[in-house]
Amino acid sequence: MCVCPGPRRIGIPVRSSSLPLFSDAMPAPTQLFFPLIRNCELSRIYGTACYCHHKHLCCSSSYFPQSRLRYTPHPAYATFCRPKENWWQYTQGRRYASTPQKFYLTPPQVNSILKANEYSFKVPEFDGKNVSSVLGFDSNQLPANAPIEDRRSAATCLQTRGMLLGVFDGHAGCACSQAVSERLFYYIAVSLLPHETLLEIENAVESGRALLPILQWHKHPNDYFSKEASKLYFNSLRTYWQELIDLNTGESADVDVKEALINAFKRLDNDISLEAQVGDPNSFLNYLVLRVAFSGATACVAHVDGVDLHVANTGDSRAMLGVQEEDGSWSAVTLSNDHNAQNESELERLKLEHPKNEAKSVVKQDRLLGLLMPFRAFGDVKFKWSIDLQKRVIESGPDQLNDNEYTKFIPPNYYTPPYLTAEPEVTYHRLRPQDKFLILATDGLWETMHRQDVVRIVGEYLTGMHHQQPIAVGGYKVTLGQMHGLLTERRTKMSSVFEDQNAATHLIRHAVGNNEFGTVDHERLSKMLSLPEELARMYRDDITIIVVQFNSHVVGAYQNQE
Amino acid sequence: VMFYRLLSIFRRQRTSPGWQNWSSARNSVSVAAAHSIALPTQTQVVVCGGGIMGTSVAYHLSKMGWKDIVLLEQGRLAAGSTRFCAGILTTARHLTIEQKMADYSNKLYHQLEQETGIQTGYIRTGSICLAQNQDRLISLKRINSKLNVIGIPSEIISPKKVAELHPFLNVHDLVGAMHVPEDAVVSSADVALALASAASQNGVQIYDRTAVLHVMVKKGQVTGVETDKGQIECQYFVNCAGQWAYELGLSNEEPVNIPLHACEHFYLLTRPLETPLQSNTPTIVDADGRIYIRNWQGGILSGGFEKNPKPIFTEGKNQLEIQNLQEDWDHFEPLLSSLLRRMPELETLEILKLVNCPETFTPDMRCIMGESPTVQGYFILAGMNSAGLSFGGGAGKYLAEWMVHGYPSENVWELDLKRFGALQSSRTFLRHRVMEVMPLMYDLKVPRWDFQTGRQLRTSPLYDRLDAQGARWMEKHGFERPKYFVPPDKDLLALEQSKTFYKPDWFDIVESEVKCCKEAVCVIDMSSFTKFEITSTGDQALDIMQYLFSNDLDVPVGHIVHTGMLNDGGGYENDCSIARLSKRSFFMISPTDQQVHCWAWLKKHMPKDSNMFLEDVTWKYTALNLIGPRAVDVLSELSYAPMTPDHFPSLFCKEMSVGYANGIRVMSMTHTGEPGFMLYIPIEYALHVYNEVMSVGQKYGIRNAGYYALRSLRIEKFFAFWGQDLNTLTTPLECGRESRVKLDKGMDFIGRDALLHQRQNGVYKRFTLFILDDHDTDLDLWPWWGEPIYRNGQYVGNTTSSAYSYTLERHICLGFVHNFSEDTGEEQVVTADFINRGEYEIDIGGHRFQAKAKLYPVTSLYTHKHRKGEVELSDLHGK
Repeated sequence: MCVCPGPRRIGIPVRSSSLPLFSDAMPAPTQLFFPLIRNCELSRIYGTACYCHHKHLCCSSSYFPQSRLRYTPHPAYATFCRPKENWWQYTQGRRYASTPQKFYLTPPQVNSILKANEYSFKVPEFDGKNVSSVLGFDSNQLPANAPIEDRRSAATCLQTRGMLLGVFDGHAGCACSQAVSERLFYYIAVSLLPHETLLEIENAVESGRALLPILQWHKHPNDYFSKEASKLYFNSLRTYWQELIDLNTGESADVDVKEALINAFKRLDNDISLEAQVGDPNSFLNYLVLRVAFSGATACVAHVDGVDLHVANTGDSRAMLGVQEEDGSWSAVTLSNDHNAQNESELERLKLEHPKNEAKSVVKQDRLLGLLMPFRAFGDVKFKWSIDLQKRVIESGPDQLNDNEYTKFIPPNYYTPPYLTAEPEVTYHRLRPQDKFLILATDGLWETMHRQDVVRIVGEYLTGMHHQQPIAVGGYKVTLGQMHGLLTERRTKMSSVFEDQNAATHLIRHAVGNNEFGTVDHERLSKMLSLPEELARMYRDDITIIVVQFNSHVVGAYQNQE
Repeated sequence: VMFYRLLSIFRRQRTSPGWQNWSSARNSVSVAAAHSIALPTQTQVVVCGGGIMGTSVAYHLSKMGWKDIVLLEQGRLAAGSTRFCAGILTTARHLTIEQKMADYSNKLYHQLEQETGIQTGYIRTGSICLAQNQDRLISLKRINSKLNVIGIPSEIISPKKVAELHPFLNVHDLVGAMHVPEDAVVSSADVALALASAASQNGVQIYDRTAVLHVMVKKGQVTGVETDKGQIECQYFVNCAGQWAYELGLSNEEPVNIPLHACEHFYLLTRPLETPLQSNTPTIVDADGRIYIRNWQGGILSGGFEKNPKPIFTEGKNQLEIQNLQEDWDHFEPLLSSLLRRMPELETLEILKLVNCPETFTPDMRCIMGESPTVQGYFILAGMNSAGLSFGGGAGKYLAEWMVHGYPSENVWELDLKRFGALQSSRTFLRHRVMEVMPLMYDLKVPRWDFQTGRQLRTSPLYDRLDAQGARWMEKHGFERPKYFVPPDKDLLALEQSKTFYKPDWFDIVESEVKCCKEAVCVIDMSSFTKFEITSTGDQALDIMQYLFSNDLDVPVGHIVHTGMLNDGGGYENDCSIARLSKRSFFMISPTDQQVHCWAWLKKHMPKDSNMFLEDVTWKYTALNLIGPRAVDVLSELSYAPMTPDHFPSLFCKEMSVGYANGIRVMSMTHTGEPGFMLYIPIEYALHVYNEVMSVGQKYGIRNAGYYALRSLRIEKFFAFWGQDLNTLTTPLECGRESRVKLDKGMDFIGRDALLHQRQNGVYKRFTLFILDDHDTDLDLWPWWGEPIYRNGQYVGNTTSSAYSYTLERHICLGFVHNFSEDTGEEQVVTADFINRGEYEIDIGGHRFQAKAKLYPVTSLYTHKHRKGEVELSDLHGK
């Protein structure tokens, strides 16, 4: 999630206001504001102006995504969180380039944008039978930030059973979400490994033998792993399993998945923090570990093994189960709690963890210390380290870090760190035959669509059927012409289902293109996707979705066994 | 008792009122209510199924003099698909045998009311098949030509004429149509009741609400049926259970595989028009619009065959009668649009009902009849592909003939259950295949169409190798066979675009394959052929084979004999090549689709002798056909053995080594008349031998070839193929194969008397080769098969196969010429003189092309095109 455009929410009622996206040409005032938006010094003015501006525009369905981390950054921050040099000039230069989009994307162009990141994985079948409770998954992501700050991961555990899937929503850059996306599953897998397997792996490393593979990744070509940090990451991971080996009491008790997930999350966050404190002789790596630690990421991870489904969540991404009722309709079962200000128990937890006198300052304007929207996250050492430590690390760190306003900035009312944890909340669910799929998605999806709609759209997509009430003539007088009209209308509604081969793509199409009637409006979709890079974030957040489909036959068979 | 039962009119309670009240004959049929009258304990025939098929079989059996028949219906008579049938009887069918069945049904139903006194609602409305494009019109013209020659009036008409025949048809998008004036509409339920009534008068006992649980079988013979009301002993069982026939077949201890599967089928009923539609308004079939429309009680009845059918009852859910299945308007939407496009004025017409009545479909769109290959006395008539009403009369007649006489009066191989094996009986296969078949009902049927679903079931071990080299595949009996090989630099049209009645896009590809067979050497994977081995401890195998086959099989070891396996009438049950492997063992090669039929025939006729073994070894061998003058060189190089005719004469079989592999059966024949060899390779050696052949063959210009090249070669050499040209009603003498019959081999064989008789009195038809004269390969419609043949302007028969001869640069058609008496239409003796003295024409889609008739293959006119000085560098390239 992007940090730069600043306090967007000021003066602007979320969701009720809108930008003139749907007017044919953007009126002049808005055009003038584009560069201003970037200039955060003027953001307050913008907010007000924007508000006034919208009063006379009566579009109803647009919204402002909220920046997760509010901060008034210095332009120099840009060099920290995005690779582009001099984006100030860049946006200035774009003043005229970003004049109204008179052209709209054609359906094939829209599709190529929507499908650029789509990925599908089908669990291979043996002898015509898939014995896994997972049929496969579809995933996709649509950037709003440039570059995208969301990440996703999927892998099969090779030394234990089960499949891991996760979405990661980064903020203040993508460094942390990237690191978590490549490392977390290894920590989880290692936590799940039995003692003997850990020993075997350690011995193999020790004697230079080939290692047992732990994870089979299922990656889209755009999902990359950092080559440079690979050695560093491996060493940290090895230290972890060495400790696990040492800690082993000798009783080979069954590994508890919930405990393993919690340990893995905490350990990785701890390693991220340690790596930043220790630093690295290689200056590139040194900078990298600092960027990882100073940026942040939420994580929502599912572990599916047979009928046992665990969801570990840190932050405000969400896991949603799609359940098909006996009458064929769909209902949504939430398997995670958002860790943000809307969650009473989270508010309670924060207040309990800090002295009474901080009760008012720890959460302000629905944000942690008035700054951060998610109440749990990886990285974000600014909310975890003591002021001393922060200062020490920054001072000894590279110049880029030292020059950066954001990193130097200490949150207000920062008395009793840590304020933030990566510890996940783990939910267990035993799969039933009616549980057809699981959706993991970052908040970019959930803030645009109601969970019930999300589940219905995916459910109808996967079953290939639109749950429309079947028509029956009954005793009514209906002519062929009337019936024909009715049917044609219903078919148009359905046709959007067949455009996509990927459930996640289909969902994104709806999330971005839905009109007030809940159907995909191509014109709207086209306009949304035609937005220039620097504008897109104004209208939507990064969206990352994984749809895991369950094998009801296998799940049913598990049930019958017992 | 029978008579009493007929009189004791069974008043049936109408449980489902509504639109069905158009059937008026409900109350006039006698049915013995099973609860009041006990089932007989013994009978000759049990017919299962009280729909139009079961009643038709019972009717015809009783007409032919079989009286001891019990008909069982699990629900009520005529209450299944028969009740819901749309009631359209049309003879516009693609296959001649189907046209004949429908024609007979039409005549039967026409007089049924008179015969039984039961109203059947028969109205001769005629039918009009519309063509929205030229290809469809060609298809209709082909049907039209075939209808006319069997005496069914029909004509191709203009759109304007269509508009005159039907009040509110939109004709602006039509290019023509076919009018069949004698087609009819009729209430199928009432037809079934009338047939049941007539059968009952003839002594057939009918019990409804009696379900057959399974058929009892002893030693491969039907002994009785187990019903929910008790057992009945019987010798014959007839499965007419419609969409439940598959389940019923599987319910036996020894299952009978009846590959069929139901799909939901929808049609619409409306209330009457303001000016009610005339009851004789013709039925419209708009195949391009995927719909049919008939008049119904002043309104219309319209349904169709959609592109996305809904298969149903895959799990075999049974129910007594088809209860009202859900109406699915969304599913019907494309058909409704199509209807309103065709008849825009109907917009204001009020809907009465959308009927959902499952119809049964088969894997090849043809119905299923005949005797089970595994259980004697078990007959089947089912799988009507939604033409049950049209075929009911004729199919019932053929099946009754089959049971009474041992064979039907027409060749019904195309419909014979034995064309299928157990391999087509997987539920998944059927479910997938019928989803392709149902839309095909109204798709354009072009030559050389291959099914796309249910493929890659049986493959040769070389499949992947060949596929990687560009093989395009066709399927026969579940076996993938290469059609031709697309060179790497060449692109063919997309599947849909390549549908044509004209010159196909693979023409040049096959030409180069044929040329390679003639000049160098080609290899064709022919593993699909059915292969049996018959061995015995003594002379038993030879003795029985001498009795079963018409040629003399007492030949020296290592010789191959082409011979027919004939029936009592001298007709071909099978046409095969038999190699004598040793004194006491034979290797038999038959066409691919003979696997079930031939096995059943042999099992039926071979004595139960524990000293004789029959084994199906089809799966054990991969067969490679090396065709061409350089095949000799390739093989001798691979085997270090001389392969010249002196050492390896024609029609000779020897086990030898090829490459590293030993024990390869090499046979000097190619099934094409070209020089070359068949290699029968134990499958584990297949890849090795293939690789060796290809690598050694490179310097002789070897290349892969497919069945299209093979077909072109064999047809120009006048080689008849069983199942295509030959059938159970054609004898060796009728196709110039006197040399393959040894009437004087010193012992009797099946069919010998018939052949002796034929030799005495002459034949009534003669297999003839036709060379099309004024046919432009590039511009004219291509012949396919089934085209009418005219001699001096008189219809004398139909073609059975055709191919382009790249050697003669002409089309070749094969077919039988008859000699119908001009006065009586009776068949007369056909002499060689009769053939030679005629002027011939072949009717392709309504256009007659001149043809030269030949009784012997044309000696190869092929000359090497390469002359000195014309050789190019490109000739040095490997092919």
